[in-house]
Amino acid sequence: MSRARFRRRDLPALLLAGLLLALVLAPLLAVGWRGAGVSFGPADWAAVRFSATQALLSSLFSTLLAIPVARALARRRFPGRTALIALMGAPFLLPAVVAVLGLLAVFGRAGILNQTLIALGLPPVSIYGLHGVVLAHVFLNLPLATRMILQGWQSIPAERIRLAQSLGFTPRETFRHLEAPMLREVLPGVALIVLVICLTSFAVVLTLGGGPAATTIELAIYQAVRFEFDLSRAAGLAGVQLALGGLAALAAWVLARPAGFGAGLDRALRLEAPPGWRHGLDVLALSLTALFLVLPLFAVVLRGLPGLADLPAPVLPAAARSVSVALASALLATTAALSLALLAARRQSLWAEAAATLPLATSGLVLGTGLFLLIQPFAPPMVLALPVTVLVNVALSLPYLFRILLPEARALHADHGRLADSLDLQGWPRLRWLVLPRLARPLGFGAGIAAALSMGDLGVIALFAGERQATLPLVVSQLAGAYRTEAAAAAALVLVALSFALFWACDAGGRRAAS
Amino acid sequence: MHGFLHPRPFRRNMEKDMQRHLLAAGLLTIANAALAETPVLTVLTYDSFTSDWGPGPAIEKAFEATCGCDLRLVPAGDGAALLARVQLEGAGSEADVVLGLDTSLTAAAAATGLFAPHGLTPATDLPVDFADPLFLPYDWGWFAFVHDRTRVPEPPTSFAALAASDLKIVIQDPRSSTPGLGLLMWVKAAHGDRAAEIWTGLADNVVTVTPGWSEAYGLFLEGEADMVLSYTTSPAYHLIAEGDDSKAAALFEEGHYMQIEVAGKLAATDQPELADRFLAFMLTDAFQSAIPRTNWMYPAVTPAAGLPEGFDAFRPATSLLLTPAEAQAARDPALAEWQAALAR
Repeated sequence: MSRARFRRRDLPALLLAGLLLALVLAPLLAVGWRGAGVSFGPADWAAVRFSATQALLSSLFSTLLAIPVARALARRRFPGRTALIALMGAPFLLPAVVAVLGLLAVFGRAGILNQTLIALGLPPVSIYGLHGVVLAHVFLNLPLATRMILQGWQSIPAERIRLAQSLGFTPRETFRHLEAPMLREVLPGVALIVLVICLTSFAVVLTLGGGPAATTIELAIYQAVRFEFDLSRAAGLAGVQLALGGLAALAAWVLARPAGFGAGLDRALRLEAPPGWRHGLDVLALSLTALFLVLPLFAVVLRGLPGLADLPAPVLPAAARSVSVALASALLATTAALSLALLAARRQSLWAEAAATLPLATSGLVLGTGLFLLIQPFAPPMVLALPVTVLVNVALSLPYLFRILLPEARALHADHGRLADSLDLQGWPRLRWLVLPRLARPLGFGAGIAAALSMGDLGVIALFAGERQATLPLVVSQLAGAYRTEAAAAAALVLVALSFALFWACDAGGRRAAS
Repeated sequence: MHGFLHPRPFRRNMEKDMQRHLLAAGLLTIANAALAETPVLTVLTYDSFTSDWGPGPAIEKAFEATCGCDLRLVPAGDGAALLARVQLEGAGSEADVVLGLDTSLTAAAAATGLFAPHGLTPATDLPVDFADPLFLPYDWGWFAFVHDRTRVPEPPTSFAALAASDLKIVIQDPRSSTPGLGLLMWVKAAHGDRAAEIWTGLADNVVTVTPGWSEAYGLFLEGEADMVLSYTTSPAYHLIAEGDDSKAAALFEEGHYMQIEVAGKLAATDQPELADRFLAFMLTDAFQSAIPRTNWMYPAVTPAAGLPEGFDAFRPATSLLLTPAEAQAARDPALAEWQAALAR
């Protein structure tokens, strides 16, 4: 993949990349503009260090643990496999506070784990601290990482697998010649995306961190904006966060290598499932993961059920509003991510990679504040609440989609790009007959992620909320803020169920179209 | 707003049209035109005030019945986000009144120069003297550690006793939440130079620190902590709304710090008279009687009908309050002490 010269058909995607970068940088500059000079204290640097440490650890554990799980899912067939794969979407979609309460039902002071330990006469364990933060991040991101890596396994062409089988490859040789190159291509992107998500994580870190030792950059930004109104410090901190995200993106870009399997005829074939202790290991990996994911999810459902019977009236219109925002966001984000991924596949474009990663590393508060400052001179921000929500959702969900699409877009380009070019298959026909059918699976999965993520939009747009425009996440937080814990749990369950339904519909649609 | 949506000539034609065919014009159009003529008062406040479960809906209805205006309650995140929002908007703000700051923030709010004097000297039922030329109180409460009587039958009676116990507490982060900041002020007001010592003693009682009140209260209800930093009126919610009298507030010997929630008029308002009327209305029965059962705080002026049951259950003997200037000066050192003590 040499560096191609500039071509006209790259222009829309390049413009899109420029727009995304502008969306990330303009609010930051708008915020920084209002202040005078940045000076960081030792507390700020401690926050930077802690953010980076917990993000690195969370990314490392989520990615490494996802490998055996994804492999087991790729090479084993068992009843409930499809359900388990679908379930992998769920933790990732939980609003932070809901996820934390679900985890606490298992790992908290009054949780199942500690009740069991106490019943056995063992000392209880505390979830609060760096280990708790990492545990929560693994819970939230291991499933996403697993799905992304599983996608890699499924993309190994059947012809290569058959060749390996006819050559009598041992599992070790299969790993070396087929799986390792695939992982080399996929893992850097997976690790990057998890790292960047965890870098900006706010409520999870604060609640499970146990105290001010667990102070993240985002919290320092909150303090700077809300109690000190020190906008330049907020912008400076957001800049540092962005730089860390950029560094991680650069590292992933350097590390990732295309697997170069070559084209296949798309016959479905799974890797041989080795018997013996390897079978036991796969069973163990899958059962532990299922348990780890299902128990907290089950707790979320149990907490929500009692309040479902008399759900407060504003929940339904808010849910309708959230679903329409989510659908619009998902459609736009999918289109934009596809165009960027195709660009990045055609030419080694660091520009596209940066544009598709940095939105995740922006501070939600600074992004919201900056957009507010930029829009306010021209229109009352409230009027634009919903369009801004969609815009921000697109920018924030695009990075996931991009990472999900990129490996397969690269393979598509390497395997079929030249033939399509020589046939002069361009524009809509190329999309219709080549790209969409071959990328249906990652497109469905990615669109599902984008739709579900866009259901939870709190934070960034809080500044834009006007009268009676509450989205479902806002209603959940209003209920929780008004002592109505049971109703809040029920509304959160509705939110999670709707997110999951959207995710499932897109994901299953993609899988059906692919097979 | 409506002028913004329709070009003027169009609206004038529409009004002429309506005069000629009043019956034919739909109800919606009348309402629309009527709205365009009505003055709008915009009140910037925190989310939970405007929600269906907050005081907002009742207050909006009551004020609109007398003011001949459209009252818009615009949510701006939580209490701590409110002042930042006012500063972001600056003199160009659409808002006329800001409602929901507390006395930890009023010094900073006054320093922005964005607020105008209210010129009122109302009598209030606050347990302390409070007079501020820029800000009027509308409700108040005492911070307290809330617990479940059945699990903590003998609650501690001071910070020292709490620190000496092995009770687990959950508190809010003073860097993102107003109750969290209130606790910092409480320890400072009660113990002054010994505040750092108190925090060191409390460090092993703190299970965790949450971003806001609702997360902390949620953790407490889930059984993650024995006590939670909340208000003396929190048990009244459970009593009135859930018929549950198991929740209680621990009364501390050193007294309880107060949160006084205030509202102020923005100097740049284009509806100064309406804003004044709203501030005066704020201390009347129609507004004040909505407060206890929606905001779960004490109304600044006790309504004629009195307070709901449970509001007299936990009344501290001593009320603590730093002046806004003292609170502002105390914040940074208190925050540093807190961080040093808990960040071990």
